[in-house]
Amino acid sequence: MVTLESHHKAQRLMDWTILGPAIVNSFRKLDPRQQWKNPVMFVVLVGAALTTVLFVHALFGHGEAATSFILGVSLWLWFTALFANFAEAVAEGRGRAQAESLRKAQREVVAKVLSEPHHGARFLPVPAPLVRRGDAVLVEAGDFIPADGEVIEGAASVDESAVTGESAPVIRESGGDRNSVTGGTRVLSDWLVVRVTAKPGETFLDRMIAMVEGAKRQKTPNEIALNILLAALTIIFLVVCVTLLPYSLYSVAQAHQGTPVTITVLVALLVCLAPTTIGALLSAIGIAGMNRLSQANVVAMSGRAVEAAGDVDVLLLDKTGTITLGNRQATEFIPAQGVTVEQLADAAQLASLADETPEGRSIVVLAKKKYNLREREIEKLHAKFVPFSAQTRMSGVDLNGQSIRKGATDAIEGFVSSHGGRLPETVRSAVQLIAKDGGTPLVVADGAKVLGVIHLKDIVKGGIKERFADLRRIGITTVMITGDNPMTAAAIAAEAGVDDFLAEATPEAKLRLIREYQAKGHLVAMTGDGTNDAPALAQADVAVAMNTGTQAAKEAGNMVDLDSSPTKLLEIVQIGKQTLMTRGALTTFSIANDVAKYFAIIPAAFASTYPSLGALNIMRLATPNSAVLSAVIFNAIIIVFLIPLALKGVEYRPAPATQLLRKNLVIYGLGGLAVPFIGIKLIDLLLVALHMV
Amino acid sequence: MPNIDILQIVVFIAVLLLLVKPLGSYMARVFEGKPCGLDRVLGPLERLIYRLAGVKADGEMSWQRYAVALLSFSLAGFAALYLLMRLQKFLPGNPAGLDNVAPDLSFNTAVSFLTNTNWQAYAGETTMKYATQMLGLTVQNFLSAATGIAVAVALVRGFTRRTSQTIGNFWVDLTRTTLYVLLPLALVIAVILMSQGVVQTVGPYAHTTLVQATQDGDGKAVTEQTIALGPVASQEAIKELGTNGGGFFNTNSAHPFENPTPLSNFLEILAILLIPASLCYMFGKMVGDTRQGWAILTAMMVLFVALLAVCAWAEQQGTPQMAALGVDQKASVTQPGGNMEGKEVRFGIAGSVLFATATTGTSCGAVNSMHDSFTPLGGLVPMWLMQLGEVVFGGVGSGLYGMLIFAIVAVFIAGLMVGRTPEYLGKKIEIFEMKMASLVVLVPVLLVLIGTAVAVVTTAGQAGANNPGAHGFSEILYAYSSTANNNGSAFAGINCNTPFYNITTALVMLCGRFLFKIPVLAIAGALAARKLTPVSPGTLRTHGPLFVILLVSVVLVVGALSFIPALALGPIAEHLMMIGH
Repeated sequence: MVTLESHHKAQRLMDWTILGPAIVNSFRKLDPRQQWKNPVMFVVLVGAALTTVLFVHALFGHGEAATSFILGVSLWLWFTALFANFAEAVAEGRGRAQAESLRKAQREVVAKVLSEPHHGARFLPVPAPLVRRGDAVLVEAGDFIPADGEVIEGAASVDESAVTGESAPVIRESGGDRNSVTGGTRVLSDWLVVRVTAKPGETFLDRMIAMVEGAKRQKTPNEIALNILLAALTIIFLVVCVTLLPYSLYSVAQAHQGTPVTITVLVALLVCLAPTTIGALLSAIGIAGMNRLSQANVVAMSGRAVEAAGDVDVLLLDKTGTITLGNRQATEFIPAQGVTVEQLADAAQLASLADETPEGRSIVVLAKKKYNLREREIEKLHAKFVPFSAQTRMSGVDLNGQSIRKGATDAIEGFVSSHGGRLPETVRSAVQLIAKDGGTPLVVADGAKVLGVIHLKDIVKGGIKERFADLRRIGITTVMITGDNPMTAAAIAAEAGVDDFLAEATPEAKLRLIREYQAKGHLVAMTGDGTNDAPALAQADVAVAMNTGTQAAKEAGNMVDLDSSPTKLLEIVQIGKQTLMTRGALTTFSIANDVAKYFAIIPAAFASTYPSLGALNIMRLATPNSAVLSAVIFNAIIIVFLIPLALKGVEYRPAPATQLLRKNLVIYGLGGLAVPFIGIKLIDLLLVALHMV
Repeated sequence: MPNIDILQIVVFIAVLLLLVKPLGSYMARVFEGKPCGLDRVLGPLERLIYRLAGVKADGEMSWQRYAVALLSFSLAGFAALYLLMRLQKFLPGNPAGLDNVAPDLSFNTAVSFLTNTNWQAYAGETTMKYATQMLGLTVQNFLSAATGIAVAVALVRGFTRRTSQTIGNFWVDLTRTTLYVLLPLALVIAVILMSQGVVQTVGPYAHTTLVQATQDGDGKAVTEQTIALGPVASQEAIKELGTNGGGFFNTNSAHPFENPTPLSNFLEILAILLIPASLCYMFGKMVGDTRQGWAILTAMMVLFVALLAVCAWAEQQGTPQMAALGVDQKASVTQPGGNMEGKEVRFGIAGSVLFATATTGTSCGAVNSMHDSFTPLGGLVPMWLMQLGEVVFGGVGSGLYGMLIFAIVAVFIAGLMVGRTPEYLGKKIEIFEMKMASLVVLVPVLLVLIGTAVAVVTTAGQAGANNPGAHGFSEILYAYSSTANNNGSAFAGINCNTPFYNITTALVMLCGRFLFKIPVLAIAGALAARKLTPVSPGTLRTHGPLFVILLVSVVLVVGALSFIPALALGPIAEHLMMIGH
């Protein structure tokens, strides 16, 4: 049995099973064809190659500077390129580890392809990769499901841990919203007839593997835009450095002293100035964002969706399961005139003894807790349980000639009038009061006599109100979607603290609501599971389909939540934001670093021509060579230091934009200014202490 | 610095800020096509112009059509101006009997005025006849300024419109700018300048007998002086107002007939900054949130005041070399003190540095003192102001759109740090906008650096510098900084009327103007087509102090990172040597 431990716990950042291959891969990635995709790092590679040629020249006595100096710069430029590759390789490695365990689920499966799409028809054994879309296959206890599909016949318990990591088996059956099965999962008991809906190689598992491996990762629009900016900066710095040679030649001629700046120093300056820090970590940040998502057990079908999650400003949330606990609970008994509350509680408990619905259980429990009425066994009472049916819309018991019923107001009204009674006005007003309060009234009657009302209440989840307040502070509007009537919906919406609600929601109404928000420029996220959610999922900007949902819902969404947790949307939004923030923070840091590097390299480069420029050497670096080398070394190792940040993402707490910006500007802007001054000085001291310069 | 000088600067800034709101609101009305008051008088003329030119006033243009209209209009202006100079001998209105202008100089000058640079490789009074100055240069002063404002207005429309394919009509924007903004203001300023003694005549140059005869270079006796005159006030007003900077005389606003009194000096500086500053308010007004306009204006003002302070401090300090010679450089009742070389006594340090900062922060380029004679740090300020991309108020129109592009870049970097894909004024900044914005930031920087590099490695280029060492390098760097950013001021020490400089600077001016404008129009078009993202607490605020700090930092960091190495070899080395390091 394959389980995916890594799904559930965050991976450790430093794990040798990942680091080892990553080191090998960082050399493999030096291939110029790969580096070309990242203009900043390509410049580093060319610089490293160029200084190597200069070093070889120097070996033969044609050196433009001390051989050891050229070698030092050259080596550290190679390291810079390698460190960047390493960052990407580590990020990919973490994904690959997840993919490995997923791939084990894609074992050699032989499918039983049926000649007719029903149980009992003859079947042919066919290897899973050859199963075509539309084929009907039989899967029996112990068999692996060969491909994604819909159950068209039968019901079975299925172990989906290979995909979801959840070891408890789930029920899959034909019809309804639980008919979708995933290739690679295993039937534990009974049998299923499945119609295959995915082509070989395009199954859910395939997409998931491709996603976590980052193999098919396409750059997101924001990443491309940032790359353009970084490329533009690199071009500026390239021209700054290239034109510095003629400037230096002219200055030497004019000042009649010193030597022109060397190519080695110019290359070093270029690599230091180019935004190598963010350039090196950019793709790692993107891959890590996807990784964090898959650690949250969400499969995103595109990186674009992850980014859009950061921008989402309207969340459509289903009431049940997300905002309220899955079921209503009885909170109060309100007796009719002339009935004691104990009598009502007793009757209500009797009517609910055999009612296994959560609402029914809660009535029994309330009567026991509040009025000390012990639970009785229905068999011993010789009572006959009358189950709920869609026609009567009531349930209850018949015992000793009594017919106790509980149900919706109009249903009970019909029941008592058929026995010659009528609904008292006091009960009617109690019913209205409960409905207005957002509760569900259940009227209890004994034959012609109405005993009173049970107040069933939606229980809003603990802490959810604070969560919505957080969302409001970061500018996200929450909209509750419910099938309840507007009065009930309004009361729950107020209690939960959502900004808006859609009552009596139909799939069409949901779709219309999404379109309205989008027309006003909002980006909308929602979760859904049923087939009737599919149009709305397809329309939403971020659409999370539950893994327990139907195939149609999963096709329409751009993410699948393997845990099928309704609150997952909140986590997804956070991951999206964190990915963007990490990108911005490291860009700012990278650019701010350049100031210190100028102070290190400019005096060093021109000290021979204009010794007075030595005044700019405010770090008091030992020699021109040590200054240049220290800057290059700092530039290389800062990449390594920042790999954990790139993989984990910057710290994120919900706060208004201005607050976030202020905080990050101080940390990464001012920090980016200060850190290299300290770092370069320390490296310089170390180089001097080790007699390296 | 004496208190009176500080007071002068404070009063100047106060007056400027007082004028920003009325003029900004007025311009917003003009460009939104609302009644602005003057339309009652000039409306018929405006409609007549459209009828004669066959322009449909409500014919909206896509950004591509807008750009084509702008380019073809500029090309026509260039051809007319070039021919006017090449053929001036044969055309009437030439009392001084001046010859045709040389081809390379004509090319350079035509480009220069067309691009709102007004780099002057010639001496006006000895090269251009009145008709050339009036019909050619003054007309281009109006039109190149109007073109700049038109592009700015088009960009602002990009922010105000939603899912629109068009950004306005170039011909209408051009006409309305000229008719309702530039002409009335120029008229008022010209009249006030005349009251101060600026000449305005089409009569011949005056001749006068010297009180004391002197000798010329060959030892011949000189008893008579020719005093150049001309229609100066009319050109002077638009020279400042349109941030053109092309002086009637070679010495520009240092000449007593161009800028005779401290009051005219005050007015001229005010005229330089008036429209660029007011355009910020207009921007805020048009996007429906004046705080946005004030934020941009504040960022410009912060940069302006900071750099002005550096320049004023450096000039007031004087030089240790002069001190060593026993020169009193202290300010006192009888003298302004500091480094007065190359400055007019009637303007003093404050009047000179304020002018220098205003003229280089904007793309004006008029001068009332010789920037070449400033102290190294004092001279670094004007040079760096140009290298920042002319966004410290900037040229009319070009300053606003330049700064808005920087705002887009700032929002892009910082916007990510609040966890959303960046947006400015509700418009998402995506791949296309970033491509174009990068081009806008890239082009002037590359032109300056590459132009300077070409000049310092060629003999023809090296020949231009009149001074040796770091200062000579500064002169060349300044020339290309000035032309690439369409400023037009010169470090004065450079001899630039040579085929090499005429041609290279002309090319740099052309690229600096049009490779900047066209991407800006492209951004305008892309933004206009976008939806508007509604504001929420998660939206990055672009009107608070934090944003102003951010915007200022981005401008400074891009400017510093691009030019520190070059500046180190010029003014910084010079300064450090001067103070004896």
